[in-house]
Amino acid sequence: MFLIGVDEMVHEWALAESIADYIERELSKKGKKNIAKIVIKLGILQSIDKEILDFALKEIIKSRDYRVGEIVYEDEEVILKCRRCGYEWRINPSQLDEAIREAIHFVPEAVYSYFKCPRCGSRDFEIVRGRGVSIKEIILGDNNE
Amino acid sequence: MSDPRLLVIPKRLAGVKKIYPIMSSKGGVGKTIISTLLALTSSSLGCKTGLLDLDFTNPSTHIVLGVNPWEQEIIEEKGIIPQLVHGIKYLSITIFTRENPTPMRGEAVVNAFRELLAITQWGELDSLFIDTPPGISDEHLELLTYLGDKLEVVIVATPSPLAIKSVERLAEILLEGNYKIAGLVENMSDKPKLQKLAENLRIDYLGNIPYVKDIDEKIGNIELLRKTPIWEKVLEIVNRLLGNK
Repeated sequence: MFLIGVDEMVHEWALAESIADYIERELSKKGKKNIAKIVIKLGILQSIDKEILDFALKEIIKSRDYRVGEIVYEDEEVILKCRRCGYEWRINPSQLDEAIREAIHFVPEAVYSYFKCPRCGSRDFEIVRGRGVSIKEIILGDNNE
Repeated sequence: MSDPRLLVIPKRLAGVKKIYPIMSSKGGVGKTIISTLLALTSSSLGCKTGLLDLDFTNPSTHIVLGVNPWEQEIIEEKGIIPQLVHGIKYLSITIFTRENPTPMRGEAVVNAFRELLAITQWGELDSLFIDTPPGISDEHLELLTYLGDKLEVVIVATPSPLAIKSVERLAEILLEGNYKIAGLVENMSDKPKLQKLAENLRIDYLGNIPYVKDIDEKIGNIELLRKTPIWEKVLEIVNRLLGNK
């Protein structure tokens, strides 16, 4: 059995709560009570612990007045692009120093503190993709399910 | 509203009674010292107080507080818990960026704002003071748009002729948006000179804070700051703000 103690309910809990609130609001707008499927994109820059996020999200949903069928997570690789010289590059957060990875985990914009364009040295770059958590798709279920 | 983070931000601030952003259209008027001292004096009165440094690209409240960003610890509990510093709950982006330069464009500022506010558990607070960067830009618009109900803006200005127009502009934006203005603080001024301006704008004049020549030598040392005339004046202002006048 997969168990997680409350002490380990870290930052992912806060993110799970925002997803649960978002689902609730979308359902309320549509007058529905269930969603069949939700696809959540996880930009790997934020190094989200998928198991903890999934556990937290399911726990929070249990306390809500709606039901969710399938929860799908899709990893999205990180692409950064320099605004000055146009160079595009990828980073793999799992290879970063732990303190830097942790900082970026909480606030991905901390990436501007630790990275520069490898070609021209500029810190004026954009996160093209792979920043953090976002909801890609929600498929509504039948109201009477 | 399609950003899930915006839905939880009000929950994270549910236990906070009042939010005081310290704002000025011009730089160099002393917002950082005033924000920090407002938080410290409020706490000295026994109020549960928080301080948020919203100047992401040039955070400085940690310098006034004497906090070394390299020694700040991230405390997690269903999000992050602000560190307790000199009796106040304190959060600055330096806990993540340390002392590194962190240039950000508008979109990144908006993301950093929403992420930080969505994950920070402030708990119960009587007052949360927010140091903001100069101007009226992304950080301020995010604040005004998404935290509007609890906000009472403190405007800071120096008695320079250059300040008058900028105070008028800021006040106009706030008044036409029906945001609450707590009042105007006149900084680096031995005598009140901006009372008339506040009166014309129909905002409260909260007081003047004298210029202290050797203030730079006291930055980072709360005990020394406590002995300056600035502390006394800020204490008077915080009493007015909190309705203790």
